[in-house]
Amino acid sequence: MDCDFCGSKATVFLTQLVEGEMKKLCLCEKCATEKGVTDPTGFSLADEVSGGSKVAAPGQLVAATPVEQGPECPNCGFTFAKFQQVGRLGCSICYDTFRDDIVRRLKGMHKGMTHAGRVPEGLMAAYEREQRLGRLNERLAEAITSENYEEAAGLRDEINEIEAAEVVES
Amino acid sequence: MMRFSTLIKHPADWMTGESEDVDTIVLTSRIRLARNLRGEPFPGWATKERRVEILERLKPEVEGLSQMKDGFSQELDGLSSLQKQVLVERHLISREQAACGEGSAAVVNRKQTLSLMINEEDHLRMQAIRPGLALTEAYEIVSEADQELEESVEFAFDHDLGYISACPTNLGTGMRASSMLHLPGLVLSDQIGQVLQAVGKLQLAVRGFFGEGTESLGNLFQISNQSTLGESEETILRRLERVIGQVAGHERNARGKLLEDDPEMVFDRVGRAYGTLRHAHIIPSKEALNHLSLLRLGVELGFFSVETLRICDALLMEIQPAHLQLHAGTKLTPEQRDAIRAEIIRTRLQSLDAPVMNKHTADEKRADPPEDLTEL
Repeated sequence: MDCDFCGSKATVFLTQLVEGEMKKLCLCEKCATEKGVTDPTGFSLADEVSGGSKVAAPGQLVAATPVEQGPECPNCGFTFAKFQQVGRLGCSICYDTFRDDIVRRLKGMHKGMTHAGRVPEGLMAAYEREQRLGRLNERLAEAITSENYEEAAGLRDEINEIEAAEVVES
Repeated sequence: MMRFSTLIKHPADWMTGESEDVDTIVLTSRIRLARNLRGEPFPGWATKERRVEILERLKPEVEGLSQMKDGFSQELDGLSSLQKQVLVERHLISREQAACGEGSAAVVNRKQTLSLMINEEDHLRMQAIRPGLALTEAYEIVSEADQELEESVEFAFDHDLGYISACPTNLGTGMRASSMLHLPGLVLSDQIGQVLQAVGKLQLAVRGFFGEGTESLGNLFQISNQSTLGESEETILRRLERVIGQVAGHERNARGKLLEDDPEMVFDRVGRAYGTLRHAHIIPSKEALNHLSLLRLGVELGFFSVETLRICDALLMEIQPAHLQLHAGTKLTPEQRDAIRAEIIRTRLQSLDAPVMNKHTADEKRADPPEDLTEL
């Protein structure tokens, strides 16, 4: 891969979250030093890629300047515009509030889009089941609205199965 | 509970190389998990009052962990900036947490293998560090704490996104696994860029351990996973351990080849490092780290006794700015630090004999050629 600035062989690869999107930059050793990539606080990819707003340094608190646009998270009042500024969300419910926008930005950031690791036991199993049921019910309503009865039947069975399992366990 | 002074007086086994059977190329392995409370605002968005509430809720749970018996627990606003800096230099808290004040705390177990940060970027950051290439062992330590906490604390979890974190880069497992590697052979033979580039292509991140970018002080590099979503913890750890093992193999090979092709150069570098460290009276941090790296290489090539390795590793920690000021008991100018640093190094290396350098001792240390990284 070649350096994005001078075209010589790139040895430094920088990934940063800019405006909520992953941006990648390839640099050669010389340009990396010149651009200050060796100093994590001194280099903002946003300046190079978009010439736009600064990315918050890790741990930095949300800036005091309010950005009043788009819907707010009903739980904590955070907005998606703020996420685009600071690269972090306001609370766990934000991930439900802004799910589609967030999921779109996960592409390229991770190996996959669905969790494949450890699942919490006990308390969490019930919560997780509830959440899954909620999502299935949503899809079911959508399928019925769009008169996709074949899919609706499948979803209905899936929901019944989960609910039946719950009864047996409790 | 353990006091700050006790914590400082007794560094962990992984800080000083005191433990047995240490891989000399992989110094330490670290696992970090990010966890958050459901529905509560993340520390960066919560008001100070809310952060304090969350801290008061989490702190007794964390202190009550079976692994935290007789441990160290401290709210960040009760520490001086020097004390915070010392904890950062020992990797017990992060640079980010050192910037936190009220509503943030660090809880460390007695052996200093496990540390939990409350209200850093996430409500909870748990990390375990072990010497050598021991990612799985470190994961087991931190996972035990995670599971014990889960019995009483409801962590934010989503069926698709996994454990919820303040930043989407940590979603899923919330796990960042990393190892610190000492790679002087690859640096001296100019192969480091090539190897790091190959590692970068495997969605793993590499950076200099002191500072960022490809230039690394003391030839220390950290390799970690970038992706946390879409794979299980085991898959991530297995890939990382395999790649780290291969990089270590390349390092061994590079050392062997350097000795074969240009032994005079290696003897010269190690000899000069020995001379400088033994006799310098003013030594800046960068110079000290680079010479200590070469001294360490000298041990691994059989030029010095094995015990020298421990002295090198302990010095890596002791000569950092906050540790020097703690040692001196006063704030120091950079010039004063360079003088005290040189003094500490001279004292520690006082009885170190001059290197015995010949090709024969070095040959015994040669290993089999490693697998090719591209064959993954």
